[in-house]
Amino acid sequence: MTALAPLGFGPEGWGAALLLATGMTLAVSVCAFFAGLVFGTMGAAAKLSGGPVLRSVAGAYTTILRGIPDLLVIYLFYFGGSAAMTQIATWLGGSGFFGLNGFMVGVLAVGIVSGAYQTEVLRGAYSAIPRGEIEAARVAGMGPALMLRRITGPLALRTALPGMGNVWQMVLKESALISVTGLVDLMRQTEVAAGSTRLPFLFYATAACLYLVLTTISATLFRGAERSTRRGMARA
Amino acid sequence: MAFIADTLLQLLAGVPMTLELTAISVSAGAILAGVLALLTRLGGPASWIARGYIFVFRGSPLLVQIFLIYYGLGQFPAVRQSLFWPFLRQPWWCALLALSLNTAAYGAEVIRGGLLAVPKGQIEAGRVCGMSTFTLYRRVILPLALRQALPAYGNEVIIMVKSTSLASVITLMEVTGIAKGIISETFRALPVFACAAAIYLAINFTIAGAVRLLERRLGVAS
Repeated sequence: MTALAPLGFGPEGWGAALLLATGMTLAVSVCAFFAGLVFGTMGAAAKLSGGPVLRSVAGAYTTILRGIPDLLVIYLFYFGGSAAMTQIATWLGGSGFFGLNGFMVGVLAVGIVSGAYQTEVLRGAYSAIPRGEIEAARVAGMGPALMLRRITGPLALRTALPGMGNVWQMVLKESALISVTGLVDLMRQTEVAAGSTRLPFLFYATAACLYLVLTTISATLFRGAERSTRRGMARA
Repeated sequence: MAFIADTLLQLLAGVPMTLELTAISVSAGAILAGVLALLTRLGGPASWIARGYIFVFRGSPLLVQIFLIYYGLGQFPAVRQSLFWPFLRQPWWCALLALSLNTAAYGAEVIRGGLLAVPKGQIEAGRVCGMSTFTLYRRVILPLALRQALPAYGNEVIIMVKSTSLASVITLMEVTGIAKGIISETFRALPVFACAAAIYLAINFTIAGAVRLLERRLGVAS
């Protein structure tokens, strides 16, 4: 047991700090995932029903963001965001340096990247809705909002869920990169603990296990959600 | 404009390292992936080990894996005194090892999917012709499975190009590492980002094009 003592919850242990940091990882991932859902919805809407300009903007968005490293995007928002904030502050009469906080940088950067993947997931799901369902809804006199809520939304969600689950897993793992901004997430806290106890293997292995717990639990939840959206369908 | 040209030149110096990291880790990873995929079909303890390996490496962030290898292994005196220490204390070899082990897990799933997509009839026909398991794999199952897996493996290679950027976190100066250096010196994030992004996009478009060409060449009887 002494070998695992540094992971304990006593005053000498890092257990509480690691759990708190896991909460931060979860918080930043959930926010980034929903930010990505917003970007993805806009992207999918642009691709499905936008004009030529909007469509090509959305096309460029998904191609570029899926083709470059996320770390690069995080650096852009981390350094670029601070530069932009400082610039805006100077215009408003302030002085000195203003930074964007790590949480916001992370949510924006990972959100925008995952939004590019989310765009494709949602677009594919919407395209998979049988035309007849939409026509029937229109014939029944439904407006666009009601149709989205009652017909297209639930149908698209059913097809989109597996893809959204993959995007979530990606977001959860990419969130480790946000530690480069100094945000005390699980990754950053582990670095601190590993450095101060000189037990890097123990702590990084623990971090890997905690990430595995998060990915496993969320995979189970997504499977449950998929089952529940398919409950009315015939089993293949 | 001069700044952009200068930045682009500096960043291009990092391209060989990005490409080397990708090429070596994808090649080493593909071999390991093939072994893992075959092990998952064996059943018994061998397949549990392979499945456990795939689960662990796909379920945890690559950054954790890189740090575990680069910082973590040095915790053990046995490792520090071993034959491998001259390699394991260099960021280059640690990054290569982590990237290879990581892509092997994802690649194994891709190949496993390809193996599952081989039609039963083909395998039965091979058996009826009197092929041994080895010949069956060499002549029928593997060619069909690899052709099936090729598009998904192409995506994995592109993901690896992007993943090599994490090597910059353990001091390697590939494209992202150099970009970060220039940004933190000049604080001109947007132009530097645009240059680095253009380089990565060029690499990834080339790879995607090459994979498409290969797919067409290996197309079913045209």
